[in-house]
Amino acid sequence: MNVAVAKTGKGRAVSDLFTSAEARLPGSPDVIAVRREAFETYERLGLPHRRIEEWKYTDLRALVGEVLPLAASPDGAALKRAAEAVKAHAIAGASKLVLVDGVFAADLSDVKALATEAGFKTLREILDSEANPAASDLLQTVATDAVISLNAAMATDGVVVTIADGAQLSAPIQLIHVATATGASAFTRSHLRIGKGARATIVESFVAAGKTSGYHVNDAVVLWISDDADVAHIRLMDDAPDAVNITSQFVTVGANTKLNFFNMTTGAAVSRLQGFITLAGEGSELSANGVNLLQKTEHGDTTLVVDHAVPNCTSREIFRAVIDERAHSVFQGRIIVRPDAQKTDGKMMTRALLLSDEAEADNKPELEIFADDVSCGHGATAGALDESLLFYLKARGLPEKQAQALLIQAFVGEAIEQIADDGLREHVIGMAERWLERRS
Amino acid sequence: MALLEVKDLKVRVEEREILHGLTLTVNEGQVHAIMGPNGSGKSTLSHVIAGKPGYEVTGGQILFRGEDLLEMSPDVRAAKGVFLAFQYPVEIPGVATMTFLRTALNAQRKARGESEYSTPDFLKKVREVSKSLGIPQDMLKRGVNVGFSGGEKKRNEVLQMALFEPSLCILDEMDSGLDIDALRIAADGVNALRSPERAMVVITHYQRLLNYIVPDVVHVMSKGRVVKSGGKELALELEASGYAQFEDAA
Ligand SMILES: Nc1ncnc2c1ncn2[C@@H]1O[C@H](COP(=O)(O)OP(=O)(O)OP(=O)(O)O)[C@@H](O)[C@H]1O
Ligand SMILES: [Mg+2]
Repeated sequence: MNVAVAKTGKGRAVSDLFTSAEARLPGSPDVIAVRREAFETYERLGLPHRRIEEWKYTDLRALVGEVLPLAASPDGAALKRAAEAVKAHAIAGASKLVLVDGVFAADLSDVKALATEAGFKTLREILDSEANPAASDLLQTVATDAVISLNAAMATDGVVVTIADGAQLSAPIQLIHVATATGASAFTRSHLRIGKGARATIVESFVAAGKTSGYHVNDAVVLWISDDADVAHIRLMDDAPDAVNITSQFVTVGANTKLNFFNMTTGAAVSRLQGFITLAGEGSELSANGVNLLQKTEHGDTTLVVDHAVPNCTSREIFRAVIDERAHSVFQGRIIVRPDAQKTDGKMMTRALLLSDEAEADNKPELEIFADDVSCGHGATAGALDESLLFYLKARGLPEKQAQALLIQAFVGEAIEQIADDGLREHVIGMAERWLERRS
Repeated sequence: MALLEVKDLKVRVEEREILHGLTLTVNEGQVHAIMGPNGSGKSTLSHVIAGKPGYEVTGGQILFRGEDLLEMSPDVRAAKGVFLAFQYPVEIPGVATMTFLRTALNAQRKARGESEYSTPDFLKKVREVSKSLGIPQDMLKRGVNVGFSGGEKKRNEVLQMALFEPSLCILDEMDSGLDIDALRIAADGVNALRSPERAMVVITHYQRLLNYIVPDVVHVMSKGRVVKSGGKELALELEASGYAQFEDAA
């Protein structure tokens, strides 16, 4: 079935895309062979569609149709436009690492500042170095997921950051993805390794330079966190309103570690964040939260798989979606508790706020529990704004839109308040405010 | 010109007529009390004046300084100076009281073409008013009315009234749920707002409140109409004899 679909006109267009991109893809011949294999997997599967269970609500064949050609390497003018976008979206005090159209931009990045606290290389330089036989390990795939294989085949660059054991990073590391190429795709893959006892904040931002539009982003992140670490990981996806962003994250958490993850979706016509988080060491605490703010006909999918592989870990997930006009929000939350993972404590709470009759929310919680001494649960609600609260605010002089805005902010606040850092929390609240101002 | 004129007002809720031709005129500087048995339509009247959705006006008029109030959205009415202290104030989790007060006050000022309050001026004003009403500052950091006791919620309504300085204050059972000391403090707060430019409509079941807020006119409401109006002695009369005598009149 899938094979047949991959041989249609669309399948062939992608195939052309790979052959034409091949010369620009970094890597020794070994790496290129791995890429070709990954691409063949992608071709065989084709873009995910609704008959694939994990993609039931996000049918990329229907929503996206085809993959756009690889973006050209940014020229001087593109980098100049990217610099403006970086300025607008930079977190105060952060060490910036900037990828423009899928290519690392050293001049826009703070590699020197970072170098005192962490090891840094680009994915490109590692893949290109003949001396590194393990380079192709950086392009691992999940055999059943076509977008990840596509990412492995096409990734042009990314950052590889290693934070040493015991390092206490004073400033956040902010990875900023900037799109300057209209109608093109950027494929990136980054690896972040956090050492034992280290403390770090990683922020990822996805933005468009100026009026850049109609582009695709396919990003992958491999985050490996050692024992006794304390990590905040915040992803802010504010791509252009007609862009596509598909991101896959693979996170492994060691023992006695704290991971506080937050995802914010305020952009893109079609987006999916799929996070695969494995709690691999005992005594760890995961807090994974997110907000989808969607309007027009936007489709935003947050899919989190939390895998309790060992005993004595806790996970907390709070997810909020605000859906206006004809937008569609998807939240899929799966909690897996492996047979050995006794004393697991996993909770997930999802709430959707529907601002119009045509707004749509799909919520799919799944608990797969194979241990018997655990405490796991999930809850979900969906509904409109409370009329009696709206009236109270209006009776005190707030016009309709402003009254709604106040209640929407309170609603998403329940997830945003999980961000511990005051500055980052304010930054995220600011993003929500700008989204509210954009509402027509 | 009267500040508020309610003329032959007929209101339905869910196909059932609740107000059957109610007439009431309130002038600037006056305090009117409305008393009446449970279910006679007092809160309905206050809600329709404030613009709460769900009520169908099938006849009559409400004029505010000669303007048709029923044509205005609730926020416009508030900006023009209509204020309703609710019988049952709602709780709004996640909206800090301070943020709410500042947003509301500035929205009203903006609608009237006035400049917005600066943060220090606003804070100073809130501090003054809340102090006089015995409202502790840390209560204002909480969500609007969240975890407030019944009495605290009522005091928060009076705080807003003092802050927004409306020209028509409708107080719907401000005294319910207040202990004797809280009642006196709230009533003092209301009395401090009495002025020749401001009118008040005080809805209550108890004569006791009217000892603190002395009315110029007392109305008796029964079954969706004003059935008798008089001076403050009418309230005493009601306290002694109850509403039975008015049942037939309605
Ligand atoms: N939303 C509604 N749906 C149906 N009936 C309603 C609604 N609101 C009010 N009513 C009815 O209208 C009548 C008047 O109610 P209202 O609350 O105005 O009375 P009230 O005079 O304020 O009473 P109380 O002294 O108990 O506060 C009551 O019979 C009530 O049941
Ligand atoms: Mg009432």
